[in-house]
Amino acid sequence: MAMTEVTKETFEAEVLKAESLVLADFNADWCGPCKSMRPMLEELAEARPEIKIVSINIDEEDELTDEYDVISIPCLVVFKNGEEVNRSVGLISRDAIAELVEG
Amino acid sequence: MYDIIIIGAGPAGMTAAIYARRAAKSVLVLEAVNYGGQILNTPDIENYPLEAHISGFDFSTRVYEQAKGLGAEFVFEKAVEIRNAEGCKEVITQKSTYKAKAVILATGSENRKLGLEEEERLVGRGVSYCATCDGNFYRKKTVAVVGGGNTALEDALYMSDLAEKVYLIHRRDSFRGEETNAARLKERENVEILYNAKVTKLIAEKRLKEIEVTDTITGSVRTIELNGLFIAVGRVPENQNFASVIDLDDAGYVLAGEDCHTNCDGIFVAGDNRTKTLRQLVTATADGAMAATEAVKYLNN
Repeated sequence: MAMTEVTKETFEAEVLKAESLVLADFNADWCGPCKSMRPMLEELAEARPEIKIVSINIDEEDELTDEYDVISIPCLVVFKNGEEVNRSVGLISRDAIAELVEG
Repeated sequence: MYDIIIIGAGPAGMTAAIYARRAAKSVLVLEAVNYGGQILNTPDIENYPLEAHISGFDFSTRVYEQAKGLGAEFVFEKAVEIRNAEGCKEVITQKSTYKAKAVILATGSENRKLGLEEEERLVGRGVSYCATCDGNFYRKKTVAVVGGGNTALEDALYMSDLAEKVYLIHRRDSFRGEETNAARLKERENVEILYNAKVTKLIAEKRLKEIEVTDTITGSVRTIELNGLFIAVGRVPENQNFASVIDLDDAGYVLAGEDCHTNCDGIFVAGDNRTKTLRQLVTATADGAMAATEAVKYLNN
């Protein structure tokens, strides 16, 4: 499954009410480490279709960024049943992303 | 068994891979996180010959594709040790052991930490090592910058345009950074400079709320309420894991001259983790070329 771009309008349905585990990638176009991580997330989305991986552009989604207290990117947040269960900040390896999802 | 294992896929390591492959040597590049290295944090490179503007991400992606296209193998595992074995070197990662006839260390450097309790947990929760990356999150907020070199001065100037109030905390009574930057800072109304001062404690709940600052002369302690702390106290080379086989200087850099030879036969060094006077993209790639060429010479002898 490819990564979905999520906005304030779609966040509740796509993330909070999702039945699967959701990995949300807070990122920006100007952020090099975010771009570096993107292909790794896309690979994971391909390899683990049971996990939903979404992208949130922090420059366009001020409210979500504030609400989830994102103050450094790349920031990955794992949601389960609408609750945040794990988080990581900064560029991390493929293995570390997989571990983050495992919890 | 590979001819050459390169540890680190930043500009130095990937350039070494290009040179080694063009000399028809088999090459494995081991990288802990992802290719690119520190240059990924640079949004716009303006001082590398040929391109007037290129982002660090685009630059490193193109070099990566070039190295891969020439047949370099990349494995994303962190190298934790090098051993001198019978007729070869063994590079141990967290998952496996790889063998090669020669090794090039291109591990770069990382941000120096203050070494305070909770510092690591608070990264992304109020603690940052990159004002240009995270500064935007602190518009109209209160922040402090720690350090006295050029990076700290530039970070404080940058933040004073965004934040409501900026404290600059420096452990000495004068700055190491450029005089013009220091003078400009002193003119900024929203900047307060604390000399002879050290951050001695981070106070946080979910995120950073306050810092404790101790005067290094009087010993008096004050607490500052803030939203963000930018730490700019330099960088440290990532050589500690290899100190058992390689000589380092007091600051932890691999002792080597322009020829990139270390004290250990068959181990070479390239990039920011080597003792040198100028650490720039162009000197990192130059080191990569030199280290690979010397490694190839070593293999052919």
